[in-house]
Formats: sequence, structure tokens, C-alpha cells
Amino acid sequence: MSSQRSYSFSRQVLVNGIRDGIPIGLGYFAVSFSLGIAARKAGLSPFQGFLASLFNNASAGEYAAFTLIAANAGYLQVAIITLIANARYLLMSCALAQRFSPDTPFFHRFLIGYDVTDELFGITIARPGWLNPYYTYGAILVAAPAWSIGTALGIIAGNLLPLRAVSALSVALYGMFLAIIIPPARKSRVVAGLVAVSFFLSFICSYLPGISTLSDGTRTILLTVLISCAGAILFPVKTEEENADVQ
Amino acid sequence: MYNNYIYIAVMALVSYTIRILPLTLIRKPIKNQFIQSFLYYVPYVTLSVMTFPAIVHATQSPVSGALALVVGIAAAWFGANLFQVSVACCAVVFVIELFL
Repeated sequence: MSSQRSYSFSRQVLVNGIRDGIPIGLGYFAVSFSLGIAARKAGLSPFQGFLASLFNNASAGEYAAFTLIAANAGYLQVAIITLIANARYLLMSCALAQRFSPDTPFFHRFLIGYDVTDELFGITIARPGWLNPYYTYGAILVAAPAWSIGTALGIIAGNLLPLRAVSALSVALYGMFLAIIIPPARKSRVVAGLVAVSFFLSFICSYLPGISTLSDGTRTILLTVLISCAGAILFPVKTEEENADVQ
Repeated sequence: MYNNYIYIAVMALVSYTIRILPLTLIRKPIKNQFIQSFLYYVPYVTLSVMTFPAIVHATQSPVSGALALVVGIAAAWFGANLFQVSVACCAVVFVIELFL
């Protein structure tokens, strides 16, 4: 047993991944249902919504892209908003890259890269030692279908459910966003301040003459770049913070 | 007119590239403090910008959306997980709109 490599397949590791993926899949299902409602407004069919979620695995990124698609935006604009809204996955992948043992076959990196999300990154990085990709695969096996099927069902149900139910479900996605931003804001006054400033400027800009005529997606791009740049200049993050726990 | 499948392909390509580049090509920690700080703040800022005031307009009544925001922040603050926060937000809107 002790000679077993960190990356080798083990039934137990896969089962652990599936077990930890179940609560995540449950959350994804609820949230992607509400994402489907946004996809429907953008004119996507249930199959197209299924594909978009299967190949993106990104809540904010997909949502932002759907709002732009609904506004008939160009492909480049959709690419930019996807880049901005998903930029955090770049950081997470950087951290994950440090956790592959040097002898892990290279193709595992391409498979793990398929589904780097806030939650899957969280449970993967929380395990001690070198990364065993089969743990993450187990969780992906539950989470990815829940996410893409939920999106397709959201598009279908958006037509069938009463307006009041659609209204309630449409905030599930914002609930997910809050679950991502509030805990770090509680720990860091800088993050809390940036969240408050973002809320405030986003509110102002949606009413300000001139700026308010820009699409939601364009406003999101501009505000994100401006506020994050200001944050990075005024409150640089200590460099060891992200990768401190790497062996 | 734009094609939905091309939209989806563009999104997928960008999403996958962002995730796969650090895993395959970069593989070294980003040293530049400005870039690192910028990337660290981007998710919080972009999710905040997308949440407010959009959550208020997402529901049938702005009151229920605003209350969902308050309840969602409180739930996340006191340690509720993703699923619990989302369900709490939905429940608030559903209940409030029963009375409006």
C-alpha cells in the first residue's frame, strides 16, 4: 500500500470523491435551474443550455454571457465577459498546478482543468498531500451532470412554472454569488470594502445617464476592471497568501 | 444574426483556456504582485457588481428581491453553505410575494 503512487486509481478515493460531490451536485442543481431561466431569456433551447453548462461549468461566467447574448452582443464581447467573470479560475488552476506530483501523467491536467469551479477547487485543495485526480473525478461525476441537466430543466420549467415560482427561483444564482463573496468579506476588511464599493458603483451606474445605456455585461466588464485595479494598487495582496500551503 | 452554437463554443473555449493554461503551460506561481492582487480581487468585485442591483430587478417585486439580498448576506455571513444560501433567498422571495 505504501508504494502506491499519489495519482493511482483507487476505488476508495473515487467513492470519497462521489460522496463529497453529492452536496455540491445538489447545490448546483438548484442554482443551474435558475441559470436556465436566464438562458431561456437569451433564447437558448434546452439542449443548447445543456451544452453551454456541460462545456462551461461556470455560474457567473455563463450568467454574464447569457445576459449579453440576450442583448444580441457580438462574439468578442461574450468572450471578454467570460474571461472576466471566470478569471478567478486562473488563480485556482495555478494553485492546483502546484499540487500535482511531478510524476503524474500529463493527461490528468487536461481532465482536471475541465471542471475547476469554486466548490470543486475547494474540496480538492482541502485534501492533504499530492492531488489524486480520481478524487476530483468522483466529485465531477456527480457535479457536472447536475449542473448541465439542471440548466436544461430550468429552460424547460421556465415555460411551465407559474410566474411566482420563476420569480423565486431566479434569485438562487445570486444566492450562490453571495455564498462565494460574503465569507471572505467577513474575514478581510479590504474584500468587504470592495464588495460594498462594487454594490454602490454598480447601483449608481445602472441609473447614471450615459453609462446606464451600456448593456449589463459591458458595465460589469468596466466596473470589474476599474475597481479591481484600484484594489490591487491600493491594497496589494501579500504574495505568499495564495500558495502558502504548497509543499 | 448571431448563432447560439457559436456563442456556446466561444464561451467554452475561453472557459477551458483559462483553466488549462496554468495547469499545462504556466505551472509556476504568478510572481507579479499587481497581477496577483488584481486576479485575487476580480471574483469578489465581478460577483458583487453582477448581484446588485440585478437581484432587486430579478423578482416580480423589488421588495422581495431586496429582502432576498439581505437574507442571503446574513445567511452567508453566519456560515450557511452554497445550497442553504440559495434556498434561503428563493424562500424569502416566494413567501414575500405571497403577500404582495
